[in-house]
Amino acid sequence: MFDFLDSGQYDVLGAFWVTVQLTLYSAAGSLIWGTALAGMRVSPVPLLRGFGTAYVNLVRNTPLTLLVIGCSLGLSQTLKINLGGDSFKEIGFRLAVLGLIAYTGTFVCEALRSGINTVPVGQAEAARALGLSFFQVLTLIVLPQAFRAVIAPLANVLIALTKNTTVAATIGVAEAALLMKEMLENEAQAVFAVFAVFALGFVLLTLPTGLLLGWVAKRVAVKR
Amino acid sequence: MKISKAAAAAAVAVALSLTATACGGSKQDAASDGGASGGAKDKIVVGIKYDQPGLGLKTPDGKYTGFDVDVATYVAKELGYEPNQIEFKQAVSAERENLIANGDVKFVVATYSINDKRKEKVDFAGPYFLAHQDLLVRADDTSITKAEDLNKKKLCSVTGSTSAQNVKTKLAPEADLLEQGGYSECLTGLENKAVDALTTDNSILAGYAAQEKNKGKFKLVGLSLSNENYGIGLKKGDKELQTKINAALKKMVEDGSWQKAVDKNLGPANFKSEPAPQITEGS
Repeated sequence: MFDFLDSGQYDVLGAFWVTVQLTLYSAAGSLIWGTALAGMRVSPVPLLRGFGTAYVNLVRNTPLTLLVIGCSLGLSQTLKINLGGDSFKEIGFRLAVLGLIAYTGTFVCEALRSGINTVPVGQAEAARALGLSFFQVLTLIVLPQAFRAVIAPLANVLIALTKNTTVAATIGVAEAALLMKEMLENEAQAVFAVFAVFALGFVLLTLPTGLLLGWVAKRVAVKR
Repeated sequence: MKISKAAAAAAVAVALSLTATACGGSKQDAASDGGASGGAKDKIVVGIKYDQPGLGLKTPDGKYTGFDVDVATYVAKELGYEPNQIEFKQAVSAERENLIANGDVKFVVATYSINDKRKEKVDFAGPYFLAHQDLLVRADDTSITKAEDLNKKKLCSVTGSTSAQNVKTKLAPEADLLEQGGYSECLTGLENKAVDALTTDNSILAGYAAQEKNKGKFKLVGLSLSNENYGIGLKKGDKELQTKINAALKKMVEDGSWQKAVDKNLGPANFKSEPAPQITEGS
């Protein structure tokens, strides 16, 4: 039943490696971008607050497929903005990471903002009373506590991100979902076996992530 | 008075439930007849593509057009079904085998290349069309004349398709291949000069080039990079249906309807199709 795996025709591990790479790059990027967005949303500057709110509400409610295809059709093919990539393989990967960061960043931002709400107001007030600037209050006092509170929600965002990388297949990034399409085209007699292989692959990627970060969340949580 | 009212209500209720069950019963019978035996001339379900202009396309007003649709209609007529008794069902590439094996469709006419792996799960009738993998380029582009030219070019195809795999493994491994979700996205890239060529079966390319909005913009290079024999997929072991469909296809070619259907659907792209192939399946 699974003999198509032995033919040597398909590099399943290689495809999942691309999935992992997509996930890691996008996770790092969206953590940074999401934190910046969260900073904007709680900042005292109305313009930044407005931009943060507008961006999050707009991008979060746009389907990811639309964002990723928009990156490919709009940025790359029409405006010829290729993010420094030479071949479609590179360009596609970078565009996909860009799309995933733009999208996932909003969820990181919202998770983080809920974390900021768990930090007692007294903490920020005390910090301000010591003469710290807004930036110092945020980075030294509030965010470190906020992050420790939202490890578990962020784990969910990461798991969702892992699964969302499959959207990159629509612009030709050779990750797991693209290989699955190829295999379904060739091995249609074993549709369910092919499906099972990829379903299992994603479970193997996401389940440990959830367990590990769940454990971390328990360890670092601030007991209040 | 009260009693008679209640009795009337009860009678109505009984009558209603009876008609309701009768309705359900007859519906089920019809469905099983159409799907399984084909003996009752009620309805026939045929799988086609909904998204390939010139071959199988569902238009916004709910009509079906294309060469595959014409073939399906002709074959169904030979099996004894009028056009209004045909129900088309979408058969996307990955689901064709299951639709047939589960009996959801009687047969599938959907740019369905005959190959050995597919024959493990379904049988074919035909072939009714011989297509080749080919290239579509901008109408004024003369730089691509053979497959080797592709190694320095930017090429587009659909994610996971056989044509895309052919390019990667055989035809031009060094070509810069962009895999998109659909051929329309590729056409956008071709028009914007983001890619130099689009590759898949010439029949599909001709269908796109023949579309009203694309007329004069693109041309087929006319290469024969592979042989794709389109067959009509049907349930494994249904020899009777296979023989009937083969006979219908033979008749379609002989009475000229086949050529007419090709000219009508793919002609506007200056597409020189192969003559109708010999029927090889099931004989």
